[in-house]
Amino acid sequence: MDTLLQQFFQQLINGISLGSIYALIALGYTMIYGIIKLINFAHGDIYMIGAYFGFFATTQLGLGFIPAIILSMAGAAIVGIIIERVAYRPMRNAPRIAILITAIGVSFFLEYSMILLVSPQPRTFPAVFTPTVYHFGPLVANSQQLVILISALILMVALSYIVNSTKAGKAMRAVSFDADAARLMGINIDRVISMTFALGSALAAAGGVLVGVYYNSIDPLMGMMPGLKAFVAAVLGGIGIIPGAMMGGIILGVVEAMVSGFLSSTFRDAAAFGILILILLYKPAGLLGKNVREKV
Amino acid sequence: MKRVNKLLSVLTAGVLFAGALAGCGGSKEAKSDVIKIGGNLEMTGGSASFGISSKNGIELALKTVNQKGVLGGKKVELVVADNKSEASEALNSMQKLISQDKVVAVIGPNLSSAAIASSAINNAAKVTAITPMGTNPDVTVNPENGKTREYNFRACFIDPFQGTVMANFAAKEMGFKRAAIMIDNTSDYSKGLATFFKENFLKNGCEVVAEEAYLQKDTDFKSTLTKIKAVNPDFIYVPGYYQEVGLIIKQAREIGLEVAIAGGDGWDSAKLPEIAGKEALNGTFFSSLYSPDDTSELNKNFVAEYQKTYNAKPDVFAALAHDATLVIAKGIEDSQSAEPAKVAAAIAKVKDLNGVSGAIAFDDKHNPIKSAVIIEHIDGKQTFKTKINP
Repeated sequence: MDTLLQQFFQQLINGISLGSIYALIALGYTMIYGIIKLINFAHGDIYMIGAYFGFFATTQLGLGFIPAIILSMAGAAIVGIIIERVAYRPMRNAPRIAILITAIGVSFFLEYSMILLVSPQPRTFPAVFTPTVYHFGPLVANSQQLVILISALILMVALSYIVNSTKAGKAMRAVSFDADAARLMGINIDRVISMTFALGSALAAAGGVLVGVYYNSIDPLMGMMPGLKAFVAAVLGGIGIIPGAMMGGIILGVVEAMVSGFLSSTFRDAAAFGILILILLYKPAGLLGKNVREKV
Repeated sequence: MKRVNKLLSVLTAGVLFAGALAGCGGSKEAKSDVIKIGGNLEMTGGSASFGISSKNGIELALKTVNQKGVLGGKKVELVVADNKSEASEALNSMQKLISQDKVVAVIGPNLSSAAIASSAINNAAKVTAITPMGTNPDVTVNPENGKTREYNFRACFIDPFQGTVMANFAAKEMGFKRAAIMIDNTSDYSKGLATFFKENFLKNGCEVVAEEAYLQKDTDFKSTLTKIKAVNPDFIYVPGYYQEVGLIIKQAREIGLEVAIAGGDGWDSAKLPEIAGKEALNGTFFSSLYSPDDTSELNKNFVAEYQKTYNAKPDVFAALAHDATLVIAKGIEDSQSAEPAKVAAAIAKVKDLNGVSGAIAFDDKHNPIKSAVIIEHIDGKQTFKTKINP
């Protein structure tokens, strides 16, 4: 019984560190959906681009971990703004399905241009800090897992602060609530949307750099699966709701770890996408979502 | 498929006809002092390094063969046709070698797809083709009727054989009793190796305590490894490719799983030490066809000669093309003839021929029964560990 309990806690550690990455990507999904009702399928690729920014910042510029992550977040924020400007803004009033298809197109464009630019070969991230292994009784965690968790927490707190307590955050919430009314109140909607893309992309980039440091290997198609998983996490927590994305990410990570640990690794992805189906069937608004009747 | 076959048979008929015409004036050539063998090789295109290495290997082998000569002093000469790393070009090259150059036997192509495509040509013409590295089972066995292609051989073993080799090595040499297996569910290569490993490991009276799976591009293996750690194996078999394997080894060591980890030649990459970390790689092994560090006398000479001539270490393509050349020379010697069909019959009976990659004999599916090497990582360096005989 003891070993079972020990297994449970070890898997919990594994799950939370995996889940905090999902949460970082899910935040971007949820913010962008909240503000322009677009599922930005290119978001997983922004995460990949962020990882490459981090890679070049550490290998070419010789930066340390924190400057590299900041540079990568800034770079990805600019890429996010450009993508919105070039691909999504002209489609603002198009039917939602058209924008969705555009998003998939942008996703492929980013993946294959990166293959062209940096080659499909996986790159190994340099060790930016030496991992220390901590033993808590029989449990094992290493410094990288702690760094991921702590960075994710700091970023989420910072995001909550921006959204809830700054003027820009208030504008974002206003646009999300009712874009037309916000415009009438004199809010520059285009700028608010650009800022949302910048914030969301920066968070994804942070996730990308953390993953690069943690797993040590990045490649141009690395964003596909985490992108989809983060989408599930966002839906699970209630898409458009920021605390929901954090919660959804952590829950998804823990569920995956538990399924691989106690059932079989073969069912891991089935469980993740099974959750998506169950949520859509029984609580389509997500765990934290309220059922809101659509205005007709 | 039907239409392709028809096209092939038309082409083949054309080749045979051309061959018959050319044959009228060619009787003098057969008596000459030179016997030609063909190299249907990837000299340009995406896999050019395969063909270039193979050509180097063949030429070194011919140097040895021609010291004595065959059939009482005749020289063997290589004619290379570039198949541009493409299946359709391989077909043309095969035609050219057989009908124009009248080779006794052909070495190549290395690519399985190219070897399968051109097999119709050399079989119709009854000329042997030995692929150095075409590992796909269909190269020597026609999948439509399950029959062995009479004139196709290979110098490498087929993939699943590596599973058998590793099982015997782990059980007999290392004395492991409890294995965990992690399979890349997206790859036939990985599944094939795992199946054969399990079968033979159990045969040795050992246990498989866990069987887990992952997908290509997965990055997090900690949950699975934590589960494996709990069942306490003394050995983990991961027959995957280096990208995921590197992460698996790294994360296994991170959670304090220090047991031996082993796999197949999908591990063979300079990227592996970078991804996994040199220290984590200690205590890991993989099976492969050939190691330039093999300590046999024959191989030592080959490596020294190769380095002197080409200023590089021979790779597996060079070594296997070298051995394929020896097989053909032996076939010519045994049949005492330079007639392609007779040579082919003798090649099928080759036994205990010593090549640089080990002893060679062919089974009824024309796959070689030969030894494999086990390579160990020591401080991030590939080191020859031992040779395992089948």
